[in-house]
Amino acid sequence: MARLIELTLNGRRRIDAVSENRLLLDYVREQAGLTGTKTGCDGGECGACTVLVDDHPRLSCLTLAAAVAGRRVDTIEALGSAGALSAVQRGFHEKLGSQCGYCTPGFIMACAGLLRRNPNPGPEDIRSALGSNICRCTGYVKIIEAVEFASRLLAEGGTAP
Amino acid sequence: MNEMTRLTGIGGHVPLVDGPEKVSGRAKYTADFIEPDALVGRIYRSPYAHAEILEVDTSQAERLPGVKAVLTGADCARTFGVLPIARTEHPLARDKVRYKGEPVAAVAAVDAETAERAIRLIRMRVRELPAYFTARAALAADAVALHAKKAGNIERDVNFELGSVEGGFAVADLVRAATYNCAEVCQNQMEMHAALARYDRVRDRMTVYASTQVPYYVHLMLAQILELEMSRIRVVKPFVGGGFGCRTECLNIELITALLARKVGGAVRTVISREETFITHRGRPETDITLKIGLSRDGRITAVDCECIQRGGAHSGYGVVTILYAGSMLYALYDLNNVRYAGRRVLTNTPPCGAFRGHGTVDVRFAFESLLDEMAAELGLDAMAVRRANYLQAPTFTDNDLMVNSYGLPACVDWVERESGWLARKGRLPKGKGLGFACSHYISGASKPVNWTGEPHATVKLKVDFDSSIVVLTGAAEIGQGSSTVLVQTVAEVLGLDTSRVRIVSGDSDVVPKDNGSYSSRVTFIVGNAAIDAANKLKGLLLAAAARRLEAEPGDVECLGEVYRAGAQDKGLAFEEVVAEALKDSGTITVTGTYSTIPESHGGKKYRGAAIGGTMGYSYSAQVVEVSVDEETGQVDVDKVWVAHDCGKALNRLSVEGQVQGSVWMGMGQAMSEEARYHDGLLLTANMLDYRVPTIKDSPPIAVGIVESNDPHGPFGAKEAGEGSLAAFLPALTNAIADATGARFNNLPVTPDRVFAALERRARPLGEDGSTQRKRGTGGA
Repeated sequence: MARLIELTLNGRRRIDAVSENRLLLDYVREQAGLTGTKTGCDGGECGACTVLVDDHPRLSCLTLAAAVAGRRVDTIEALGSAGALSAVQRGFHEKLGSQCGYCTPGFIMACAGLLRRNPNPGPEDIRSALGSNICRCTGYVKIIEAVEFASRLLAEGGTAP
Repeated sequence: MNEMTRLTGIGGHVPLVDGPEKVSGRAKYTADFIEPDALVGRIYRSPYAHAEILEVDTSQAERLPGVKAVLTGADCARTFGVLPIARTEHPLARDKVRYKGEPVAAVAAVDAETAERAIRLIRMRVRELPAYFTARAALAADAVALHAKKAGNIERDVNFELGSVEGGFAVADLVRAATYNCAEVCQNQMEMHAALARYDRVRDRMTVYASTQVPYYVHLMLAQILELEMSRIRVVKPFVGGGFGCRTECLNIELITALLARKVGGAVRTVISREETFITHRGRPETDITLKIGLSRDGRITAVDCECIQRGGAHSGYGVVTILYAGSMLYALYDLNNVRYAGRRVLTNTPPCGAFRGHGTVDVRFAFESLLDEMAAELGLDAMAVRRANYLQAPTFTDNDLMVNSYGLPACVDWVERESGWLARKGRLPKGKGLGFACSHYISGASKPVNWTGEPHATVKLKVDFDSSIVVLTGAAEIGQGSSTVLVQTVAEVLGLDTSRVRIVSGDSDVVPKDNGSYSSRVTFIVGNAAIDAANKLKGLLLAAAARRLEAEPGDVECLGEVYRAGAQDKGLAFEEVVAEALKDSGTITVTGTYSTIPESHGGKKYRGAAIGGTMGYSYSAQVVEVSVDEETGQVDVDKVWVAHDCGKALNRLSVEGQVQGSVWMGMGQAMSEEARYHDGLLLTANMLDYRVPTIKDSPPIAVGIVESNDPHGPFGAKEAGEGSLAAFLPALTNAIADATGARFNNLPVTPDRVFAALERRARPLGEDGSTQRKRGTGGA
């Protein structure tokens, strides 16, 4: 059975018909056409599908679309403004926190969630916030540098996370 | 301008040219092409490990409303495989199935639910055959052959002896032998396999979007399987979410999807699950090694005897090459004279293994560096001193005819010795902590491609038109390793321009030159040299045009990148003016650059297959690993890694660091936690929880030292940076654990239960039943 949900997706209000068992991941990718959010596993193992629901990182592969009715959902496409990269996006780009890029949207959303809660995280905060995201390219070294760089940009009064 | 050129030019820290797409979600990977008219493809896989197929009943599936096409092995007359000598796979199994999970039938339907329901309606009737899940079982005298042409289930035996091994052992002061077992591991790249195929019945043309490292190989195999002329096929490689080797051969998903698309006369999109991606496999085989080394008292290696058995899985894939690499790459790291190698690649009823980062070299290097460390300690020699006693003197050829022109290993060893505080700290760390050291190396591109048609080894085209931008056209596959960035940098450097003037198009067979793709770490060296050639040709055209406008001799015109001038007093011409002048001759300018490896790099003929291992240049790596071992729990933490990598010349320091760190870390996964385990041929670890990849919490800081030995043939002196540092981590880790605990681990991965059991064994005498001696099985229960 389908039901109507109303939500704010990347700052825009939408009303969509979704089936009761539709995953937020599939809704975002296939119904809303936002393919920046990735599928990396068969459920809850890799973090590639991380989005923000009311600023909190959520695995969209373990969240039903119907469950975000009335909520605010942000995907990777919401970051940055007027074509400019956000602080976290700059960090991942300029510090090579992204190689193949497939895990990157999930990492960036988890980082954005972290920095919205804690703009000045220490190494342990970063490791803890990213502990359920898997990257297969970087060995995480430059991901940590990317987040620290983003945190410094924010401290300098730059862009949003 | 000069300031900017320095920022993005050779030797700089250059962010990836395709980075903005990746961090903004705009990068499209194969599965992101969600076309409204595309049907959904799904695959029915064998529940049997080894069986004759009597019948595949698809009648119920075909009757299900919404199902548009069903295929079985009956639709797949032709075989595929990466090596021309071993094309044994059907896209969908025909006559026999040889591993659990082998594709047997495929469905295209209007949506995923219908396709999945159809898959559940397919029935298979078989006569089961005995199945073999270990190399030993498959090699038993009475074992049934998986492939009729491969008696005894031996894919390939490789045997050579160069020098006198017995003579070498006779003059040694210490001879030791040991056995090693390395578990099978998978690439587990983040992007699951996917393919999108569109067949145009009107024009009889097929377009396939493939997540591949070698679009050309996909093109070849599509032609073969579809029995379609290559001119009717287009292969598009979008962004690729990692490969690490599993995508260096055409996979069954690309072929199955194309077969479905042709049958329905339209578009089919197949995205397989993580579990199916694991089963598609092409990882590193389980390997058993028996190694014997002779050492003189001063640390010289006098002889090496290595036996290597690989459990290859049900089809050859790259198998013959893998077992050849394992032997040939014993050489080119140290100066070895008396070496015997006996390699055996075995066919088993498990998914086919393939080419995994460090292809063929990693497990043998683990054994070699482990035994060398153990023997050095026994002789009272420092681990680094033993390596120093065996350095090559470049330029040289090894006994198996491998050409070594640049050799930065000594500088690598010196760097990690200094940075890790080795001399002051080794043997002086507190209880439970240890330091370990090891070395490794890798090729910068196989000097002969496996499907060679006599053309140059790489071709790069540059296009310049009215807009004065330069477009690099290359078939080199960007898979996240930074190949597009390095090629843009290379062209910009030769022309003295900022990289912002250079764009790149790769991965569309309609547009770009054929390339042998991204494998064996070939792109920087081989395609990079072709890019230099192309850029020099373009520069020649631009200099000639500038000379014409400036009424000067071409030899008197100076290229300053954005300005071409005749003499220091000349105001000169802007780049746009030079391009406008050059276009007067021909309109759009395209130049073609090529590169071919030199015959001296092609390896030798001293044994069958001796060409494998030949390359234009070897990278070198040295590593020190520091560990803490919790003796109560067996938990090993890697506190820090120091790694020095000789990449010849770092064209992009950011990329080199990232590649080296990624290699080290991937070696850490193999060494400490990753392991493909089976139960009666069923892959138990086909998910990211059971196949344990290190998380950010498990992962140490990795300090990278870049050593630049300036290879005489490398582009600007460069060699590879993306593979050579993987192997050394494994033995550096176990050497560190030995330093911390006194216990040696010859079986990988070194999991906490193995460490705990070994420390228990050491702490307590054996029980009468010897129970504490039992090792955890691999590949069985």
